[in-house]
Amino acid sequence: MIELQNLVKRFGNLTAVDGVSFTVQRGEVLGFLGPNGAGKSTTMKMVTGFLAPTSGRVSVCGHDLAVEPIPAKRRIGYLPEGAPLYGDMTPRAFLRFMAEIRAIPREQRAARIGEVVAKTHLDEVLEQPIETLSKGFKRRVGLAQAIVHDPEVLVLDEPTDGLDPNQKHEVRQLIRAMAPHKAIVLSTHILEEVEAVCTRAMIIARGRVVFDGTPEELLAKSRRHNAVCVTLRAAVAAQARVELARLPGVAEVVDLAPGDGTARLLVLPARGHSILLEVGQQARSRNWEVLGLEQERGRLDEVFRELTRGSERGLRAEVAA
Amino acid sequence: MRNTAAILKRELVSYFITPVAYVFIVIFLLLTGFLTFAKDTGALYERGQADLAPFFRWHPWLYLFLIPAISMRLWAEERRGGTIELLMTLPLRMRDAVLGKFLAAWAFVGIGLVLTFPVWITVNYLGDPDNGVILAGYLGSFLMAGAYLAVGSAMSAFTRNQVIAFVLSVSTLLVFLLAGYGSVLEFFSGWAPLWLTDAVASFGFLTHFEAIMRGVIDLRDLVFFLAMMAFWLFVTALAVDWRKAR
Repeated sequence: MIELQNLVKRFGNLTAVDGVSFTVQRGEVLGFLGPNGAGKSTTMKMVTGFLAPTSGRVSVCGHDLAVEPIPAKRRIGYLPEGAPLYGDMTPRAFLRFMAEIRAIPREQRAARIGEVVAKTHLDEVLEQPIETLSKGFKRRVGLAQAIVHDPEVLVLDEPTDGLDPNQKHEVRQLIRAMAPHKAIVLSTHILEEVEAVCTRAMIIARGRVVFDGTPEELLAKSRRHNAVCVTLRAAVAAQARVELARLPGVAEVVDLAPGDGTARLLVLPARGHSILLEVGQQARSRNWEVLGLEQERGRLDEVFRELTRGSERGLRAEVAA
Repeated sequence: MRNTAAILKRELVSYFITPVAYVFIVIFLLLTGFLTFAKDTGALYERGQADLAPFFRWHPWLYLFLIPAISMRLWAEERRGGTIELLMTLPLRMRDAVLGKFLAAWAFVGIGLVLTFPVWITVNYLGDPDNGVILAGYLGSFLMAGAYLAVGSAMSAFTRNQVIAFVLSVSTLLVFLLAGYGSVLEFFSGWAPLWLTDAVASFGFLTHFEAIMRGVIDLRDLVFFLAMMAFWLFVTALAVDWRKAR
């Protein structure tokens, strides 16, 4: 439903987006990750037709944005970065205006607006000027305008930015509920959000796609994926460290910050290995007093740093932290 | 067409949400009233003539400051608030947005102009004026306001700062205003060839407005104002597209 082909955007000498291609199908929720200035927002601005690409093409539901912008834009709902809104209007007047421009037939407008107001829980602030609303309500007004015409394609630039944990949860639920019927692209800084709502994760750095896969695949790239954290008496720590490192499938053992009388060892597996069993057996056969043993799923922030910065030192610092 | 109407409606309503619009209209009415009736500026009573020349002759100068005050926010505010991204990703043509905003501002000025009707009642009460000439004056003033607004709309599209938009508009309008002003033309006619003087005069707002004000509705004067509007709205569209992402 969304198709990007070799999209490039240059601002003067700066290449903000450098050859991005991907397609998003109905039912997919694509999480767009990347550091600030990586080209996430610029890409979204080109997908929604706000910016014209320097080269490459975007098509939405089969309509090339450069050739047929109006039919393409009709099928998109867009929440721009920071959710800009007309502050002097009330949410009701604003949604009416959007519904009118979105060509919702006059007799259906009230019903449609009622529906999105219920979905985004806006009923209590409908008659207040938008500029007097809290950040959470403003964001929800932005979301309401993006879905008022029930678009096939939804582009959300940081939809949960500035919301409290409850509001974040609500917005994620809303996105999940709409997901089966739409193609959704959202950008976020919150890595857990990718796990929570996205069926697909994409990391972009310096204008290029550096990862494209499921959130699980992203987690599996973590050095801590399937790593085992053992808590032992400090007395045996040095011995355990040496012996655990010799186990098959173990890549490295890192000494984490010790507590009083205890030591925490992080046993990192070689890529693709699961070592929980081996570590447990070793501890039992040596009669170490194990105070804690847990397998880690992996850390998205670590993968994120590795992919976007590509520095081994950063990764080591992260593992030791 | 439907989109233009939707934008026009939204813009026009937003003028009246804040007290600024009412303050603006009051200032316009007070200033026109004062300049029309005061002894040393308009002297409508003392002249003893039943016409509205003392009223209309101040319009080009009042508009010089009042119109940029209306037009400065047209696009600058959209850019500053980021709502331009919302507007430009809606399924509408640039034409719809530029025209809708312009027409809303023009309608607003039109409302202000209509509210000057007590002056018209006054001259009709005091004497027997030629109401055709007065109607032509109103038409000329309205057209001139449209041309001013189109210039202001373009200047507003070039910047996200309303103060800069205001200053740019006043400066540009002053050039077009002075181009038709008597002493400026005399300065040109002293040394420049006739065609240059004529060319300068033909771009002056005053040249065309004064012709219509006298009750002579010449097609060329109408075309001048309409062409001015079309040209500057075209510049607006280009500027919005060019500057929107910055």
